[in-house]
Amino acid sequence: MLEIKNLSAAVEGKQILKGIDLTIRPGEVHAIMGPNGSGKSTLAQILVGREEYEITGGQVLFNGKDLLDLDPEERAREGVFLAFQYPVEIPGVNTMYFLKAALNEVRKSKGQPELDAVDFLKLVKERMKILELDQSLLNRPVNEGFSGGEKKRNEIFQMALLEPKLAILDETDSGLDIDALRIVAQGVNRLKKKDNAQLVITHYQRLLDYIVPDQVHVLHDGRIIRTGDKSLALELEQRGYDWITDGGKKSGLN
Amino acid sequence: MVEATTKSTARPHDPVLASFEEFDRAGQGSTPSWLQALRKGGIAHFAELGFPTTKHEEWRFTNVAPIARTTWTLADGTGKASEKDVLTNIFPDVPGKRIVFVDGRFSKELSSKELSSGTQTPTGLRIQSVYDAVRSTNPLVMHSLARYARYDENPFAALNTAFVNDGAVIIAPTRFVATEPVYILYLSTASKPNTVTHPRTLIVAQRDSQLKVIEHHVTLGSATCFTNAVTEIVLEESATVEHCKVQDESLNAYHIATIQTQQASKSHLLSHSISIGGAITRNNINCVLDGERLECTLNGLYIGRDSQVVDHHTAIFHNKPNCNSHEFYHGILDGKSQGVFNGKIFVRPEAQKTDAKQTNRNLLLSDEATMDTKPQLEIFADDVKCTHGATIGQLDPESIFYLRARGIGLEVARKMLLHAFASEIVNRISIEPVRERLDSKLFDMYER
Repeated sequence: MLEIKNLSAAVEGKQILKGIDLTIRPGEVHAIMGPNGSGKSTLAQILVGREEYEITGGQVLFNGKDLLDLDPEERAREGVFLAFQYPVEIPGVNTMYFLKAALNEVRKSKGQPELDAVDFLKLVKERMKILELDQSLLNRPVNEGFSGGEKKRNEIFQMALLEPKLAILDETDSGLDIDALRIVAQGVNRLKKKDNAQLVITHYQRLLDYIVPDQVHVLHDGRIIRTGDKSLALELEQRGYDWITDGGKKSGLN
Repeated sequence: MVEATTKSTARPHDPVLASFEEFDRAGQGSTPSWLQALRKGGIAHFAELGFPTTKHEEWRFTNVAPIARTTWTLADGTGKASEKDVLTNIFPDVPGKRIVFVDGRFSKELSSKELSSGTQTPTGLRIQSVYDAVRSTNPLVMHSLARYARYDENPFAALNTAFVNDGAVIIAPTRFVATEPVYILYLSTASKPNTVTHPRTLIVAQRDSQLKVIEHHVTLGSATCFTNAVTEIVLEESATVEHCKVQDESLNAYHIATIQTQQASKSHLLSHSISIGGAITRNNINCVLDGERLECTLNGLYIGRDSQVVDHHTAIFHNKPNCNSHEFYHGILDGKSQGVFNGKIFVRPEAQKTDAKQTNRNLLLSDEATMDTKPQLEIFADDVKCTHGATIGQLDPESIFYLRARGIGLEVARKMLLHAFASEIVNRISIEPVRERLDSKLFDMYER
């Protein structure tokens, strides 16, 4: 589904990604972990088309298409979704109106007809329930005045509504208390299907107690320095990042 | 002072003085003497002040030379408007009474049927034309009219006062709670070039009363015309007034308006100024906070296209302690349009615990559009909270990216955000039919 080949990228002349290789197949859940500043969020932003980053090498294929060639909206319509780490507040844009516009764009690109108001509302209510979100949010401007937890749940709710093929969760666990974390994780798990995939970016292991990854990658200084199964995340939790990022000097491993 | 050396030559306001003499002569015999005296005071101040130029600090960015150099004719009442004209121009489905003026004159035919002054009881809402009101024996009208708007320092208020003849008087008596808004429609036919009207509005909300008023200015034709309006709004103790002024005149119209408000303790004013049309538009909104624990909220939205000039000068005078004033003004400027915002907040030494907040945000949609914004805080009390913020810029790139990341195309995202920016102000209007109609107008302007 997603093939990242030797991807490097810079921002303002500073090299952030230094050759990333990553392949994600349908039905898989991948986690990317790593210390602050390792390039995790940069990778997420590049995958959804943030223009501030300069691609200095490599390639990203999404279902065979050159993803880096597409505008952000085209990527979304192809089925790439980012749950933002810091969802932006958009005063004046009604949430319901925004969701309808987004869903209809995605449906249109799949050749599906637009949903009428009744069916749309039904779908929205059903998906909101999964995230235990209050329906009053629909009549408020997008993210405006939402609590931190509401914003994060709203991101996953949008994911539930748009049903992307590849969902990228950028530090979705940050700022969530344990109950909100459980709700978000349950929502993500319920959306898991054979034909879609998830890329979970996180600093801590605790989200991975709920969303169990098939593969865990450790990103450091713009490179994936280790890949393993879910036990790697547990090991990182216990031992921190130093034992793999310092080149094994402290632990004697390499 | 500036004019000292040019006294011997013709000045731009000479035709105005000549026009006044004719107007004054024509009114003799039918005009109450106090009103005649008031008009004479108005013209005397105007003669002294003259039309402002860009050398005047208050008019630095807005050049009214096109108004000053035109010889204006008072609308003579021959312009015609039909019921259909009214219906196609108003906000539809607004409940309540409507008072309509055609070229500055009260139109009995186009106004709500029940508006004959004689039938109103002292406890009911009074809606009357200025023409009738000044000829009635209501001391409140005589006492209030022109008492608040400073015609000794504002030349256009002086001009309006000199030619004061008609307009709307709305009085909500003590404890009267209006369940429906009052709709004032000032309709200029703009059928003959260079006509001027001086609509005058007086709104008095007596103790504990509640009132909502729409003041809507439109033109039918596209001849050059000039609306020089003055609105005085008086809020007695614990009164609540929502005033919604919408200026949607043609792009050949000049529109100068002064809104002067006077608030007593615990009163609550909500003012909206929506400016869409007009070649040159200037709104002076002056609010005197002359009581304690009162609220004054000013919302504004101005839209400039082509070579429109649109200027808001707001001034809030915190005279007493413990008052809140909040100001939210948004502007969208396209083409070669020019926007001006000046927000003065004056806090007197005794006005402790003042909470004043001012926000002016502007979007420039073209390289040639300009915006001058200036907060002007003069604070003489030490225990106050005054904040102001002004921005001039483009749409927020983060918001655009967020929408695009959800599949919404760049152009649509931009349009959604423009509409949203304007809606933030319009959504503050509580009169639903007005809010919805304005919102759909903005949708047509930006999202279609």
